[in-house]
Amino acid sequence: MKDITYAAPKTIADAAALLNDKGDRARILAGGTDIIVQVREGRRDIDALVDIKHITEVNELTCDPTKGLVIGAAVPCCLIYENKAIAKAYPGLIDAVSLIGGIQIQSRASLGGNLCNGSPAADGIPVLIAMEAVCDIAGSKGTRSVPVEQFCTAPGKTVLQRGEFLIRFRIQAPKKQSGAAYLRFIPRNEMDIAVVGAGVSIQFDAAKSKCTAARIALAAVAPTPLLVAEAGAALVGTSLDDASIAKAAALAQAAAKPISDMRGDADYRRHLVGVLVKRALAIAIERAKS
Amino acid sequence: MTKKLHIICSINGQSAEFLCEPRNSLLEALRDELKLTGAKEGCNNGNCGACNVLLDGRLVNSCLVMAAEVEGKSVTTIEGISSKNGLHPIQQCFLEGAALQCGICTPGFIVAAKALLDKNPHPTEHEARHFLAGNLCRCTGYDKIIRAVLEAAECGAKK
Repeated sequence: MKDITYAAPKTIADAAALLNDKGDRARILAGGTDIIVQVREGRRDIDALVDIKHITEVNELTCDPTKGLVIGAAVPCCLIYENKAIAKAYPGLIDAVSLIGGIQIQSRASLGGNLCNGSPAADGIPVLIAMEAVCDIAGSKGTRSVPVEQFCTAPGKTVLQRGEFLIRFRIQAPKKQSGAAYLRFIPRNEMDIAVVGAGVSIQFDAAKSKCTAARIALAAVAPTPLLVAEAGAALVGTSLDDASIAKAAALAQAAAKPISDMRGDADYRRHLVGVLVKRALAIAIERAKS
Repeated sequence: MTKKLHIICSINGQSAEFLCEPRNSLLEALRDELKLTGAKEGCNNGNCGACNVLLDGRLVNSCLVMAAEVEGKSVTTIEGISSKNGLHPIQQCFLEGAALQCGICTPGFIVAAKALLDKNPHPTEHEARHFLAGNLCRCTGYDKIIRAVLEAAECGAKK
């Protein structure tokens, strides 16, 4: 690896000052499962790693039945899926965090890093978008909040400005009669990058007969993780019957703008969007009804 | 060159200290500074598991941990798996079951299997295969490896 410096600030203010000083010559180190490889292989040219894991706020993981879920930016996947309260209240999130990499990666990799890495294929992001997660960003000029779907701007690029870094995700408390799910397709059983991923959430009315809200988000079919608002909207007011689900899946397929690469060509990816959206909705519906 | 960092941690149950450059991985520090060459460099990008160690009890790829990060932490390498009384049951079962050919992946598999059995002393074959998906063997010895791990779980149960 090229010569770099390593800093481990203990406060948000110290980290922001460091990042402000070094600009894009510094990158955050949380789990390191992306950034260490990128620096070693010369895919990111930086001078400094800023390890944020000594900052209290980025390690927060709290699940409150009324206030909702707070996931610090550096919390590794394993702590999320081992938390019984989270596993019970947010099974859709567990779908995502338990299939990122293998056990070794899950010991370290964080959802915050998954987002800030800016990959369109990130497994952690579609379901966060579906669940309307919000990002809290700190910087030398204070903090601001951004919905997850607005965070990535291009492959490897995000809304983070000089001196800014992600502190946490906030996710609302799960409502009754709601459900979420994430599914991805890879050609092997484990340890691969999504060919397509689909995260969905749905909300039924009290009688569990009509859908009152729905969101569908996709991975690996556009330059950024993609919220398909019209696909979710098409489900609202329906009974989530097969015809409505087929319509939403078709809208998601129409919104997908995949590339062709070694993992799959564009037509194949578009086909997978339809399959995964339908299957993820079926799981979310079952969770909402149980 | 950047100034070297002085790191104090625990390695295989004993207090340890070493010097490293900020750019060094834990794997480099273990092998080059501490001469603990059991952890292997395979892919050096987090895919193969040959460099697996336990960091505060968690299974990690030491190629994806910066050496500077282990300040104050506890590291267990393959060298810390056996005891004064002899091989760990997992090691014994790998040996008796011929669960290795070239041996490069073996330290990683054994450390990973230790992490599995510490957490789940009686895994099903499916659970063992799932847990060990991050460890690659290019001699295609998976069946024997899985059998050795399940055998070790049985040995553990008898003790």
